Amino acid sequence: MSDARSDIVLTVEDLRVVLDPSGIEIDDGVSFVIHEGEVLGLVGESASGKTTAATSLLAYQRRGAKVAGGRVDIMGTDVLTLSRAELRGVRGGLISYVPQDASASLNPALRIGDQLMEILKEHSFGSSKAERQARLVEMMDEVLLPNDRAFLRRYPHQLSGGQQQRVAIAMAMANRPKIIVLDEPTTALDVTTQAHVLETVRHLTSSYGVSALYVTHDLAVVACLVDRIAIMYAGRLVEIGPRAALFTGAHHPYTRRLLAAIPDIHATQPPRGIPGSAPRPGNRVAGCAFTPRCDCRIDRCATEFPPYTGPHADHQVCCWRWEEVGRGLPVIVGEELVSTARVEEPCRTADSTVVDVRHVTAFYQRKEVLHDVSATLCEHRCLALVGESGSGKTTLARCIAGLHQFKMHGAIEFNGAELAAETRGRTSAERQAIQYIFQSPYSSLNPRKTIRQLLSQPIDIFFDLDRDGTEERMVRVLEHVALDPSLLNRYPEQLSGGERQRVAIARALVAEPSVLICDEVTSWLDVSVQAAIIELLVHLQSETGVSMLFVTHNLALVRSIAQEVAVMQDGRIVEHGVVDAVLDDPQAEYTRLLLCDTPTIPADCRI
Amino acid sequence: MSIEPEAASTQGAVRTAGAPRRREWVQTLAEAWGLRRTKVGSVMFAFLLLIALFGRFVAPYTPTEFVGPPFSDPSSAYWLGTDFLGRDVLTRVLHGGLSVFALGISATVIGTVFGVSLGLVAGYARRVVDEGIMRVLDVVLAFPSVVLAMLFVSILGPRLWLIVLMVGVSHMPRIARVTRAATVEVVARDFVRAAAAVGVPRRRILLYEVLPNISSPLLVEFGLRLTYSIIMIAALSFIGFGMQPPAADWGLMINENRIAIITQPWVVLAPVLMIGALTISANLMADGLSRAMVGIDRDTAQA
Repeated sequence: MSDARSDIVLTVEDLRVVLDPSGIEIDDGVSFVIHEGEVLGLVGESASGKTTAATSLLAYQRRGAKVAGGRVDIMGTDVLTLSRAELRGVRGGLISYVPQDASASLNPALRIGDQLMEILKEHSFGSSKAERQARLVEMMDEVLLPNDRAFLRRYPHQLSGGQQQRVAIAMAMANRPKIIVLDEPTTALDVTTQAHVLETVRHLTSSYGVSALYVTHDLAVVACLVDRIAIMYAGRLVEIGPRAALFTGAHHPYTRRLLAAIPDIHATQPPRGIPGSAPRPGNRVAGCAFTPRCDCRIDRCATEFPPYTGPHADHQVCCWRWEEVGRGLPVIVGEELVSTARVEEPCRTADSTVVDVRHVTAFYQRKEVLHDVSATLCEHRCLALVGESGSGKTTLARCIAGLHQFKMHGAIEFNGAELAAETRGRTSAERQAIQYIFQSPYSSLNPRKTIRQLLSQPIDIFFDLDRDGTEERMVRVLEHVALDPSLLNRYPEQLSGGERQRVAIARALVAEPSVLICDEVTSWLDVSVQAAIIELLVHLQSETGVSMLFVTHNLALVRSIAQEVAVMQDGRIVEHGVVDAVLDDPQAEYTRLLLCDTPTIPADCRI
Repeated sequence: MSIEPEAASTQGAVRTAGAPRRREWVQTLAEAWGLRRTKVGSVMFAFLLLIALFGRFVAPYTPTEFVGPPFSDPSSAYWLGTDFLGRDVLTRVLHGGLSVFALGISATVIGTVFGVSLGLVAGYARRVVDEGIMRVLDVVLAFPSVVLAMLFVSILGPRLWLIVLMVGVSHMPRIARVTRAATVEVVARDFVRAAAAVGVPRRRILLYEVLPNISSPLLVEFGLRLTYSIIMIAALSFIGFGMQPPAADWGLMINENRIAIITQPWVVLAPVLMIGALTISANLMADGLSRAMVGIDRDTAQA
C-alpha cells in the first residue's frame, strides 16, 4: 500500500461527538480514511463509541448526542454541513447504513419487494419502472438471494434472520453507494448464518468496488473480511493499520490483549481476559483511557494522551511505549493460567455420574422442542452443551434446573434420585445442590436489591448461619469471584456487565452447589470480559471440583473450559464425547459444519 | 457508596432477604421535583392540605353558627358572604376540606391495596387465576362507578365507610390492570426465576422481587386515582349521597347553595375553586411523576 493514495473515498477528521446538555465526550478526535473498494473494520468493546462514530458518517446522531467538531468528507461532500434535504439524498445514495438488527429495521407490514422498490423510487433510480425492476432483480443477485416474484412478495417475518440481514444489505446497496456502513450486522445471528452474511459482504466489496466500514466488537469475525482494522477504546482510536500488521505485530497493548482474549477453537489455553472494564463516557481519564487496565503502563500514561505515531504511515498507534510493545514487551503480567484438565475418555461409570438425563422430551407451549434427549454429567467435570439458537440447549439446561415451565417427559436423576420437574417439587437439598447462572446479568439480578441482599438470600434459605457467618461467607465468595467486598452495599446498576455476571456467579456459589449450570453466561459480555469470566469459571472448577454444565453457542469457548461436549441440533444431541476427540475429529456432519463456520483467526489471514 | 462497611453491613444484614427499597422512589421523586409542574402541584396540594387540616383553627365562626341573613354578600364581617342558612362561607370552606382529603385518600389507599394485590397475583399466576381475576374485574369496570356507589348507598344508607369502600372498589379494576401489566413484564425477567429456583415462597417473590420493581408506575397511578377519588366523593356529596347536613363539606356546599349561583356566586365558587385546585394539583403531581418515570427509562436506555 502506498503512503498517499489518491483513491480516498471517505475522510474523517478529528470527529468529536458529545452528549448534548452535559458535553460528555462519546467520540474524541476520531480520524481515519477509507479507500475505494476497501473494507475498514472498526473494532471496539461496548461503549467505546464505535457505533456513534459510524452513524456520524451519515450525519446521524442518536437522541441526546451531537457532533461537536470535526469533518466527514465523502468524495468531496462535507456531510456534517449538509441541510436535511441534502442529507436525504446523500443517505442511501452516496453512503448507506446496515443496522444491527434487520428484523427490527425492516417494515413488517411491507413486502420486501415493495420496500426495496421504495428505496429506488425515493432516490429516483433509473428512468423507468422497468429499469428499477431490473435493478431490483440485480440487487437480489448481488446479495445472493432468490429474485423470483414469489420471494419478493414475502414479508420480512417469512424470511430467516440471515435472509433479513441480506435484504437490509440489498437495500443499502440499492443505489450503488460509494460506501456502506455495516453496524454489527451479524451480532444477532447464528454462526452459520453469520458466515453466509459475511460471505455476502465479501462478495459485494470485491465484485462491485464499494467501500465499507464494518463495525464490530469481535475481531475474529472480521479477520478474513477487512483490509484494515481500526481499534477503538473509550472514544478514541488507539491503533489503526493493515489487517496483517495488527494481527501479527500490534503495537498497542490493548490490541494485543484483545487478540489474547479471543477464544479460539484450536487454542488449548483459555483466552486471557483483561481485568476491569472499559470506562463509560464521562468516566474517562485525562491520559490514555486504557491506563488502569494496562500491564505496561508508565506514570506518563495517566496524565498525557499519547500522540499518533507508528511504524508506518499506514499503521498508526497511540501509546507512549508503542516501540517496546511492538518489539515484544509482554503485555500480560501475572501468573500462568491453570488450564482445564484434559481427559481421554468419557466417564461412563454409574457412581461418578452426578446428573443423568434420560429420554427427556420437553415442550415449549405445545411444540416439542426436545426429542428424547439423554446425557450425563460426571463428577468434577465440565460438560459443554453447544448448539445454535433454537437447538434446545437452554431448554435442556432449564429442565435440569427445574425451571422449565411447560410439559416434560422422561427422567432427570441427581445422584441416583429422580428430580421433580419443577423446583417447587424438589427438596431444599436438591435446590441447593443445583445452581443456575442465567444468560443476562442485566436481567438476573433484581435491580432493587443491594449485592448484599442478593447474596444473602440463598444463604438465608439454605443454611442456618448467623449474621456474622453470612457476612463472612459473602465476603469469601466475593473474593473468590475477584470482586471487592465493598461492593456489597451497591446496587447492580452501579456495576459493569462483567461485575454483574460475577455477582450472579457469586450468588450461585454461596449456595455451595455440586452442580453449576451456566447458561450462555458470556454471551452478553465484551470479548475481554468474556475471557475473564471463562478464566474465573475454569479456576473455580479446578479449585472446588464442582460439576459444570456450560451451555454456549460459541464452539470456540469449549476447549478452554470443558472436558466433554455435547452438540445439539433441533432438540437432539447429535454428538457427545470428550472435547479433543469431538473438535479434532467430528463425527456428525452438523458438528463439522459448526466448526467450519465458527469465526477464527486462521493462519492464512495472518499473511 | 462504599461508606463505613462495618456499620452499613450490620445494618443491611438485619434486613437481609430485602425489605422493599425506597431508592427508586427517591430517584423518581427527585427527578419529578425537577419539573415545574410537580413543584406547582406539590405547593398547591400542600397549601390545600394545610387549609384542610388547620383552617378550622383560624376560622372566624363555628361552621353551624348562623351569623347573618342567608346569601349575604361578602363584607368585612363575613369575607365570602353567608350561605342559604346564613352561615359563614369562609368558615365552612376552612372546615369542609378535611372530609374531602380524608375520604379521598382512604378510598385511594383501599383501591390501591386491593387492586395491587389482585394485579400482582393475576400477573404472576397467569392462566386460569389470571383470567378469573381479570374478567371479574372487567365486570366491575363495566358498571358506572357513581351508579354503583349510589345503588349501595341507597340500600345501606349514606355511611362514610361505605362511600370510601365504593370509591375504592371502583378504582380497583384499573389499578389491577396497571399492576398486572407491570407484573407480567417483571415476572418475565430472570431474577424472579432465580428466586423461584432457590425456593423463595411465592408471597415473598411478589412482595420483595416484583413489587419494588413496579413501584414507579403504581406511584403515578396512585396520584391519578387520588384525583378521581376527590372528584367522585365531591360528586357524591353534591348529589346527597356523601356527607350529610349540617356537615361542612365542599361538595355538599355546592349542592346546598347552587340556587344562589347568580345572586351570590362566592358561596358556590369558593368550594368549587377549592375542589378544582385540589384535583389540578394532584393531577400536576401525578403528571410530573409519570414524566419523571419516562425520563428514568430514557437514561437507562442510553447508559
